Amino acid sequence: MRYLTDRKRATGWGSSKTGTDHAWSMKVSSVALLILIPLFLITVAPYTGQPYEVVIDHFSRPFPAVIAALTIGVGFMHFKDGVRVLIEDYVHGPAEQWLIIAMTCLCYAAAAFGIIAVVRLAI
Amino acid sequence: MADVNRGDRPLSPHLSVYRLPITAVTSILTRITGNAMLVAALMFVWWFLAASTSPEAYATADWFMTSFIGDLIMFFSLLGLWYHLLAGVRHLIWDSGHGFDLETATKLSWAVIIGAVVLTLLTLIIV
Repeated sequence: MRYLTDRKRATGWGSSKTGTDHAWSMKVSSVALLILIPLFLITVAPYTGQPYEVVIDHFSRPFPAVIAALTIGVGFMHFKDGVRVLIEDYVHGPAEQWLIIAMTCLCYAAAAFGIIAVVRLAI
Repeated sequence: MADVNRGDRPLSPHLSVYRLPITAVTSILTRITGNAMLVAALMFVWWFLAASTSPEAYATADWFMTSFIGDLIMFFSLLGLWYHLLAGVRHLIWDSGHGFDLETATKLSWAVIIGAVVLTLLTLIIV
């Protein structure tokens, strides 16, 4: 015989502590990208296919460089969270963890390389 | 035994039995577009890395970026990007507790599809 109610035994477990972190960080990064993506399409994307000198000159200005660096950084952090759910839904067993670890490492590496490259162009 | 019929019970219908409603199609497309954009994102990282390395490295990366395959990847990524962005807005609307009734959900589904095509064309024309 249990003397605790179901409610009492559930309180404090589940998503009550850190379970909502993932959803919240997805929400924050998605709103940030809502601003960044249109700016990226205006100030970064059209410069593909341009001559080397034009690209160097363009990204030596602070605004295009900041938009590029922020979009790469926030974008890959958003991807890291998103791809994790994809893996959790379709991959099970030991491969699940390894794949999440591998994709997380890839996201941090890609973000770091991208940001460092933009910073080098900018300064 | 509580359940003597274990293993011989009727199964719930599987995905292949359903005709996918538009809300289901737009839901799975959100996931597909979001994850597919990894390719384009890595191409941009390569492009920036090359530009910050040397003119020769830039020439190689930019050649690939503007090649037929590069153009194809970028076109579909642009379509996927607008789609995913609008689908994300739809999620933000849902998060606020609105738009769950069937009629609104169907309308939002079409808005996401049509909006993505229109915004892609606008981007190609203007930018």
